[in-house]
Amino acid sequence: MTHRTRDLQVSALARIEGEGALRIVATDGQVTDVQLRIYEPPRFFEAFLRGRQHTEVTDITARICGICPVAYQASAWQAIESICAVHVDEPIAALRRLLYCGEWISSHALHIYLLHAPDFLGYPDVVALAADHRAIVERGLRLKKAGNAVLEAIGGRAIHPVNTRVGGFYRAPLKTELLSLGEILRRALEDAIATTSWVAGFEFPDSEIDCDFLAVTKPGEYAIESGTVASARGLTFPAENFPAHVVEHQVPHSTALHATLDGGLFLTGPLARYTINSAALSPVARQAADAAGLGATCANPYRSIVVRAVETVYAITEALRIIESYERPDPSFVPVPPAAGDGHGVSEAPRGLLYHRYRLDPDGLIESATIVPPTSQNQAAIEADLRRAAEAGLRLPDDELTAVCERTIRNYDPCISCSAHFLRLQVDRR
Amino acid sequence: MTGSGPDRPTLAVWKFASCDGCQLTLLDCEDELLALAGRIQISHFLEASSQVEPGPYDLSLVEGSITTADDARRIREVRAQSRVLVTIGACATAGGIQALRNFGDVDEFRSAVYASPQYIDTLATSTAIADHVRVDFELRGCPIDKGQLIELITAFLAGRKPNVPDTSVCTQCKRRGLTCVMVAYGTPCLGPVTHAGCGALCPAVGRGCYGCFGPMSGANLPALTRQLRESGMTDRTVDLVLSTFNAAAFSAARHDAARPEDSR
Repeated sequence: MTHRTRDLQVSALARIEGEGALRIVATDGQVTDVQLRIYEPPRFFEAFLRGRQHTEVTDITARICGICPVAYQASAWQAIESICAVHVDEPIAALRRLLYCGEWISSHALHIYLLHAPDFLGYPDVVALAADHRAIVERGLRLKKAGNAVLEAIGGRAIHPVNTRVGGFYRAPLKTELLSLGEILRRALEDAIATTSWVAGFEFPDSEIDCDFLAVTKPGEYAIESGTVASARGLTFPAENFPAHVVEHQVPHSTALHATLDGGLFLTGPLARYTINSAALSPVARQAADAAGLGATCANPYRSIVVRAVETVYAITEALRIIESYERPDPSFVPVPPAAGDGHGVSEAPRGLLYHRYRLDPDGLIESATIVPPTSQNQAAIEADLRRAAEAGLRLPDDELTAVCERTIRNYDPCISCSAHFLRLQVDRR
Repeated sequence: MTGSGPDRPTLAVWKFASCDGCQLTLLDCEDELLALAGRIQISHFLEASSQVEPGPYDLSLVEGSITTADDARRIREVRAQSRVLVTIGACATAGGIQALRNFGDVDEFRSAVYASPQYIDTLATSTAIADHVRVDFELRGCPIDKGQLIELITAFLAGRKPNVPDTSVCTQCKRRGLTCVMVAYGTPCLGPVTHAGCGALCPAVGRGCYGCFGPMSGANLPALTRQLRESGMTDRTVDLVLSTFNAAAFSAARHDAARPEDSR
C-alpha cells in the first residue's frame, strides 16, 4: 500500500502582527499534524527586566507590543501597585480606562478594516479594498484615528505612551482638552455603529469553537483594565491564582507553547469576553449587538469581527461617559514607594487576557517577572481550530485550503510580536 | 498592494526582532495612507497585505534588530533587493531594548525565560542593521515619529534628502515654548543628548526625556551624566536610564566621550 502524504506550508503569514508560519501534514486523507509556527525571535523581556526599578516597568513592557502597549502598561502597573500597597483614586482609574478605550478603538479598527475584512470580501489588502469601496475604508481609517486621538490626548503618544506611570499619570489633561476629544468620539460612534452593521452583513461559515473561554470580569462593566478572572464554564479566581489555573507547557518538536486551563483547552479574546461579559454592555452597544444578530454568547471565530465592532461601539460609549463625568485628578499620581513582595496584574488587551507577575526586592528592584500574552494562551485553541478547518477542507486544492487556513488564523487576530514568551523551534520536515 | 498610477516606485516593509510599532506607524498615517498608496506601490508589506510582489524594490523600510543567524542572512538578501534601504526605529538603528543581552549572558537569559532553552535559537547579541549591511538612511525613535516617516517617503519620491535634523530634543522643546523640566524643577532629562524627532513629548507632560530617539551626533554624555548626578541620581540609576531602547548606542556614545581627544 502506498501512502500519499500532502504537506502544505505557508512560510510567512500575512495580515497578522508579527511573524508566523503554518504547516499542515495530511497522510492518506487524514490530518496528521497542524503547526502554527512562531519564528518571531525571542527578545527575553522577562530576563532583562530583572534588576530594573519598579518605576521603569511600564515603559519597558510597553515595548513588547507596538499594537497594544497600553495593555502591557496596565497589567504591569496593576501588579506593581499591588506589591507596594498603593490604591489609586477613582479619577485616576477612570483616566486609565479612557486611555485603554483608545487602544481598543484603534486596535479593533486596525484589525476589522485592514487585516480581517479583506478576507470576507476577497481582497488582498485594504488598498485594494479602497479602490472599490473608498468611503468604507475612509470610515475605518477615521475610526482608527479617533482611537489614536484618545491615546495621544491621554497618553501623549499613540504607540508607547509617555504620560503613564505606576501610580497614575505625569500630567492629567484639563477638562477642556477632553471636550474636543468628545467631538471626535461622537462622530466615531456613528462610524462604529455603521461598521457593526457593515460587518454583520458578511457571510459567516458555520463554525463553533469547542473549548472553555477565559476573560477578565468586573461587576457592572464590560471589563477592560482590571477585574477578576472568570471562565465560561464557571471558574472564577483573582489574578494571583492565574498561575494555579493556567499552565504553559513547552513541547519539544512542536512549535507551540501550549497553555491549558485546569488541564483543558481554552480561548481568550473577543469571543471569550463577549460570552462572559455581554450582559454588561452599554445600551448603545447592546443595541448594535442585537441589530447585528449576536445573542448572549458567540463561539463562531468568523463572527469575532462582529464582536470587535460591538466592542468598538462599547469602548466609544465608555470613553464618552468618562469624558462627560471627568474630574481632573489632582495630584495626577499617587507616589509608589518600593516594597518587597509578589504582585499580579490582569487586563483585557484587544487580543485577550494579558497576565503579568513581578517579584520585587525591598529596594523595588525586580527579582523575577512572568508575562503571559493572549496569543500564547490561544495558540493551542487556534491549532485545534486549524485542524478542524484543515480536515473539513482537505478535498480543496492547495491554494484554496491555504486560504481557508490563513483565514482561520486571522479570525483570532494573533499578535506574535509579543515574543516575550514565544518559541522558535526547529521543525523536522519530511 | 495595488493601486492607481503606472510606473510608481515600489515600497517594501521588512520586519526583524521588534514590537511592530514602527511599521504600524505607517498604517497610523490615516490621512495620508491612501494618497501614499497612489504615489508608491506597496509591493511587500506582510503585516498589511497577503499579496507579495517580487523584488527588486525601490525603497525598503526595515524594522527590527538582528538576533538570529537566519536573520543575519535574510538582511543581506533584503539589501540585495533594495535600491534604497532605510532603517526605521531604535531596534533597527541601535539593536533595541533586546540589545540588553549584549551586556549580559544570553544563555542565562534563555534559561531564565524558557523551561527547555535548547529549543531556542538566538545569537548572543542584538545588533543594528548597519552592523550587517549598508544603510542609506536611519529614522530614529521608539517608535519613529509619523511626521518624520512621511517626510522621509516624500523626500524619497521627490529625490531629495529628508529634512530630519540631527540635533537635540532641547531644540524642539524650546521651539514649543515648553518650560525646561531640568532647570525649573530639577527633573532629570536626557533631552540635551537625545536626537530630536518626537517633538519633546515628555517635557510637554512634565516628564524628563528618557531617550527614545537615542543619542544625537556629538552628544556630550559626560556633561549630562554630571548634571543627572546633581539632580540626585545615583551612578546605578544613571546607568539604568541610559540602558533602555537605545542601550547599545548610548553605551557607544559614552565610550566615545570617555576616550582622550587625540585618539578619536
